[in-house]
Amino acid sequence: MTPTRPPGRPAGDLISPAQNTWCPGCGNFSIEHMMKSAIAELSEEEGIPLENFVIVGGIGCHGKLTDYLNVNSFYGIHGRSIPAATGICLANPDLKIICHVGDGDIYAEGLDHLIFAAKRNSDITVVVHDNRVYGLTTGQYTPTSPTGFKGRSTPGGITEHPINPLELMLAAGATHIARGYTKKVRHLKDLFKEAIMHRGFSFIDVLQICATYFNLTDYYNAHAYELAEGEVDTGRFESALGKIREWDYDREAPIALGTFYSVERPTYEEKFQALTAGRPDRRALVRKVIEERR
Amino acid sequence: MGEYSVLIGGKAGEGINTAGLSIAALFSRLGYRTYMYFDYPSLIRGGHNFAIIRASARAIGAHRTPVDVLLAFDQNSIDNHRERIHSGTTVIYDASQVVEAEGYGLPLDTILNEEKAPRITGNSAMLGALARVAGIGREVLEDVLRESVPAKHLDANLRVAGRGYDGADRVFSVEPLGGPALPVLTGNEVTGLGLVHGGLESYVAYPMTPTSNVLHFLANHAEGLAIKVLHPENEISVILMALGLAYAGEKAAVGTSGGGFCLMTEGLSLAGMAEIPVTIVMGQRPGPSTGLPTYTSQADLHFVLNAGQGEFPRLVVAPGDLDETYAWSATALMLSWKYQVPSIVLTDKTLAEGAFSFDIDAVAPHPDQEPVLWDGTGEYRRYARTGGGVSPLAFPGREGAVVKANSYVHDEAGFTTEAVDETIRLREKMLEKGESLSRELAGYPVVRSYGERNAGATIVCWGSEKWACIEAAEKLGARVVQPLVLAPFPTRAFKEAMIGAGRVACVENNATGQLARLLRQHGFEPGRSVLKYDGRPFAVDELEARLAEVFS
Ligand SMILES: Cc1ncc(C[n+]2csc(CCOP(=O)(O)OP(=O)(O)O)c2C)c(N)n1
Ligand code: SF4
Repeated sequence: MTPTRPPGRPAGDLISPAQNTWCPGCGNFSIEHMMKSAIAELSEEEGIPLENFVIVGGIGCHGKLTDYLNVNSFYGIHGRSIPAATGICLANPDLKIICHVGDGDIYAEGLDHLIFAAKRNSDITVVVHDNRVYGLTTGQYTPTSPTGFKGRSTPGGITEHPINPLELMLAAGATHIARGYTKKVRHLKDLFKEAIMHRGFSFIDVLQICATYFNLTDYYNAHAYELAEGEVDTGRFESALGKIREWDYDREAPIALGTFYSVERPTYEEKFQALTAGRPDRRALVRKVIEERR
Repeated sequence: MGEYSVLIGGKAGEGINTAGLSIAALFSRLGYRTYMYFDYPSLIRGGHNFAIIRASARAIGAHRTPVDVLLAFDQNSIDNHRERIHSGTTVIYDASQVVEAEGYGLPLDTILNEEKAPRITGNSAMLGALARVAGIGREVLEDVLRESVPAKHLDANLRVAGRGYDGADRVFSVEPLGGPALPVLTGNEVTGLGLVHGGLESYVAYPMTPTSNVLHFLANHAEGLAIKVLHPENEISVILMALGLAYAGEKAAVGTSGGGFCLMTEGLSLAGMAEIPVTIVMGQRPGPSTGLPTYTSQADLHFVLNAGQGEFPRLVVAPGDLDETYAWSATALMLSWKYQVPSIVLTDKTLAEGAFSFDIDAVAPHPDQEPVLWDGTGEYRRYARTGGGVSPLAFPGREGAVVKANSYVHDEAGFTTEAVDETIRLREKMLEKGESLSRELAGYPVVRSYGERNAGATIVCWGSEKWACIEAAEKLGARVVQPLVLAPFPTRAFKEAMIGAGRVACVENNATGQLARLLRQHGFEPGRSVLKYDGRPFAVDELEARLAEVFS
């Protein structure tokens, strides 16, 4: 299965020859292709070398994307992509680091990391494949499944309410918050590009169709709309919050797609860079520290 | 006398640890080698803290029960230590707190009032009285204070120390030795410095006794050592951040204790499968669970040897003193990178928070090791199967390379696979890497021994019990064998060291004999286990008595 790749590959040649095993009709395909295009276009338009992109995956159907794109990748473990991404960014802030995570993966297992990455304003992009169900483990409920959802572990239907991840991220301090939908591919690609270029923590919740376990295509088609220019003031917390609360992942309401919030703040990684700059002779520094203790 | 033991005791919050370190510095200034054992319960104020400082002309690393001088801030510090007091013991106590004692009573309340000095300077009065009792000159005392006390508090401390000095009489004379004044460092500090010697660029940790001080020390010296020091939300994040750093080319280490290591085990397995180097400083304390958080233990050996799902090679080293801590922390990090395996530096509270004279010039550093890097030719494959099981490294951002790290079973390029042949090849590559590491280690001092080979009796020990064993062995005419690397187990070197061992005793700070179990797994008969599991290390005299029974 290992592909042979011609040297000097063109920017568009980003799909790997790894065999794709997603179900027909899965929303992950749109995410894959739009991410591929976003990377290719950013590389051409902004002059970012392709080798500077890194995809970090969680575990779930979404995580397979790390195999399917022919860029640097770290196919990690369930819920833990974000601290790994932060480490990568600390080591090399020139990289464009994109976490592809699932809603079970990141809102259940990895929630603490998500909140803290937002709090720190770590310079990474998090793309949540939010199909509102566990795909790879065959159909259990997730933190964003609607009340009453009947999954394989909850045949009587859940009585819990879903969390609104955008509201959570706003409260946690994320500096860029957006929502996309896998049936609006052009829009999705633009959201990806914008988020990747944002300096600081970017978060995109992508309403992703799970064709097998929770196909909400009709529901989303009926409710989703793209935010118009100026409909939210993306620099104002209250304005973003109002729009974010329009739909709570449960009740019948219009579902806004687009960027809700985007502000500039210092990033977590930048203050650490000065410490390790240059090529210091650390053994001499060790001696110095010991000498000071005499 | 040539050798001295001083105990200083008081309530938590009175600065007993700092005072103990000043006492060590006092002896160190006169050319003595010092060791300090610090004992404290898990509370911030009150309770009973004490430090035992031993000074000797030769290297030491353990305490003894009897003391020559006892410095008591409260009645507990006398009542709790009656067994340590003998006819030659001089007691110096705070007369404003202690109701029943014989010795020099220093009215600390009065002194501090008269000198308008803060409470914490009471330590200096004790230090002053100790100097006088030990026949140490005022200049030496003042020198030590000048070096340990921040400038703005120096004056008050000097005045109070002078009052202590005047409040006692000379009882014996500590003769200055010709040797240099060695700095006194803790195991934690030297672990941090050893890691930097080995190439550390980032240290990541979440606070947990007994390794929190690695975090504090390195954070304090981040600029001076040109490293990043990070404290994220929990230990899961700690190890994953370190793996992210390493994947992107930066050498990272983490520190924790048993409870935090529990959380790190999923990251440890990931490091094993994805072949990402990381060094874990694992300071043992008594478990299970929260256990005795501020005390000592050697009960996590099999946990670190077996932690994580599946099978993968790892390096586990257990240094026994500062020289070994420095050399092996550096080597653990370097070999971790050379073989792309996780490495664990296994310490415990006794070593981590114990303070020792440290002579960096006496450390025999191990050879430098470099990671195998991609030479840039052909197509890059992260998991290329080359001889020895080690694949050349490239890092993201490198032109012409697609670097794919993977937690799944993967092919050479790093793509997920579930194919039978690929799975077998991957396993065999990992095993081969472990064997290469094992071969490399044969050139290192992986097993150390002390004493005559034909002694007829051998004490086997590991980690911080080393020095108590060495001293006890000298008294009993026995030999000591100390394996420093516990995985991959140095079977050959251990066998060699045990030729003509005679009667064998295995000394450990746990209740089940974990080293003995490991030895049996490798086909060795560990002899009689001598165990202590009350959260305290062996005192030399205590161990002598226990071993005398075994060897009699
Ligand atoms: C620690 C751990 N717990 C459980 C699992 C099993 N597991 C694999 S994928 C998954 C859920 C995936 O759901 P989601 O994140 O929503 O991703 P999707 O498959 O829907 O893309 C679980 C529970 C695991 N791999 N690791
Ligand atoms: S189970 Fe759902 S999410 Fe997973 S591949 Fe199939 S359609 Fe996609």
